Amino acid sequence: MPTLPISFEAWQAIGLTLQLATATTFILLLVATPLAWWLSQTQSKWRAAVGALVTLPLVLPPTVLGFYILVVLGPDGWIGMVTQAIGLGLLSFSFSGLLIGSIIFSLPFAVQPIQYAFEAIGRRPLEVAATLGAKPLDAFFSVALPLAKPGLLTATVLSFAHTVGEFGVVLMIGGNIPGQTRVVSTQIFGHVEAMEYTQAHWLAAGMVVFSFGVLLFLTRLKKRHDRVMP
Amino acid sequence: MRTFLALVAYFIPIIALAHEVTVAVASNFTAPMKVIAKAFENDTGHKTKLAFGATGQLYAQIKNGAPFQVFLAADDKAPAQLVTGGLAVVDSPFTYASGRLVLWSRTPGLINETAEVLKRGDFNKLAVANPKLAPYGAAAMEVIEKMGLTPLLLSKLVEGSNIGQTLQFVSSGNAQLGFVALSQVFDNGRLKEGSGWIVPLGMHKPLQQNAVLLKTGLQNPAAEALMTYLRSNKALAIIQSFGYDALAPQ
Repeated sequence: MPTLPISFEAWQAIGLTLQLATATTFILLLVATPLAWWLSQTQSKWRAAVGALVTLPLVLPPTVLGFYILVVLGPDGWIGMVTQAIGLGLLSFSFSGLLIGSIIFSLPFAVQPIQYAFEAIGRRPLEVAATLGAKPLDAFFSVALPLAKPGLLTATVLSFAHTVGEFGVVLMIGGNIPGQTRVVSTQIFGHVEAMEYTQAHWLAAGMVVFSFGVLLFLTRLKKRHDRVMP
Repeated sequence: MRTFLALVAYFIPIIALAHEVTVAVASNFTAPMKVIAKAFENDTGHKTKLAFGATGQLYAQIKNGAPFQVFLAADDKAPAQLVTGGLAVVDSPFTYASGRLVLWSRTPGLINETAEVLKRGDFNKLAVANPKLAPYGAAAMEVIEKMGLTPLLLSKLVEGSNIGQTLQFVSSGNAQLGFVALSQVFDNGRLKEGSGWIVPLGMHKPLQQNAVLLKTGLQNPAAEALMTYLRSNKALAIIQSFGYDALAPQ
């Protein structure tokens, strides 16, 4: 059986990409859900400003975003100064640095679907829960969250897919270190630049097939959920 | 009205003769090229359009039909390959500059004349340009190999996708040291800031930077004028002031 022309480095890059996408999605769901809840419920005058701030990464070109993250993570930037002060050194060129970049980059893709799902619930179910004696936190977990499941699924799908495809930000702050910051997108880029088209084609095809499979699975999951909960 | 017509008549010859040349320039030559382009425009009336990037990147773009007319590479291989590939004019490649590598840090006093800090490994990261794509990166790896420091430094390497990004890593402080082009940190005979070790010429294959006239530039007076201008005394003086070795006019 012929071996696939995917080298060890390619597998390393694939593994790293999946690790990054999974970690980013997980952390984003934890961060985005309370943020989306606040944005959907609050009457505060800060609502519009915070909403705009969350949407900002959508508007900035990834390489620009990556550049500013590089500066902020460096010794002159505030994150860099903090990490150095607490003995962590600098986060640039590390998996943690990529994680921070990915979280910022995909933040709007996580917050917005969840926020819209919360808003779609409306006031009624929560008012009913209150009249039945549920405290706000209880109501959140037992009423709001289950009703917002489609939004959570969408957020998961989008964050994951967006991180797998992330290129500009990684290019700026990664440093291309094998096993640490060399992900599939920069790997393919490197192959194309060096005119190693065979490897590039195989990696790109693999990425497309995998992403398609994941998205298909998650979309099917969502459809099944919509059928169960009309 | 007569003055207006006279003015128009005065400018017609210049408009008729002035052409524009699109030039692809290796990133490391960004600063000197901007100065040369300005002088060229002043002295000849032709216009220039400059695009900067990694030699490997620009080469791939040219092979795929990018509308450049003159290519200033950071090596001698890319121009030669374009000639054999039929995309460049035979006999047009010439060395416009010889590059110098420098180990640089934005911290003054960190690097001395023997690059002790590199041998001690007493730093966080060493930035180099991707050796597969940028000749300066390949030269940096040669130097590290020649100094016998590859095992020590391999884990500290971070790669910039081109020499410009490599400098960004070092000047932002994210990498304490980096191998960059001397021209990037040199101004009128000295380092602009920080500290550095100018790598002796014998430690790596010469960084002959060749220019080549692409076939799309034939018939363009501005393109041919630029190729000539790069070998003029004025251009050579500019090139040298930026930390390159420029050869005598050929």
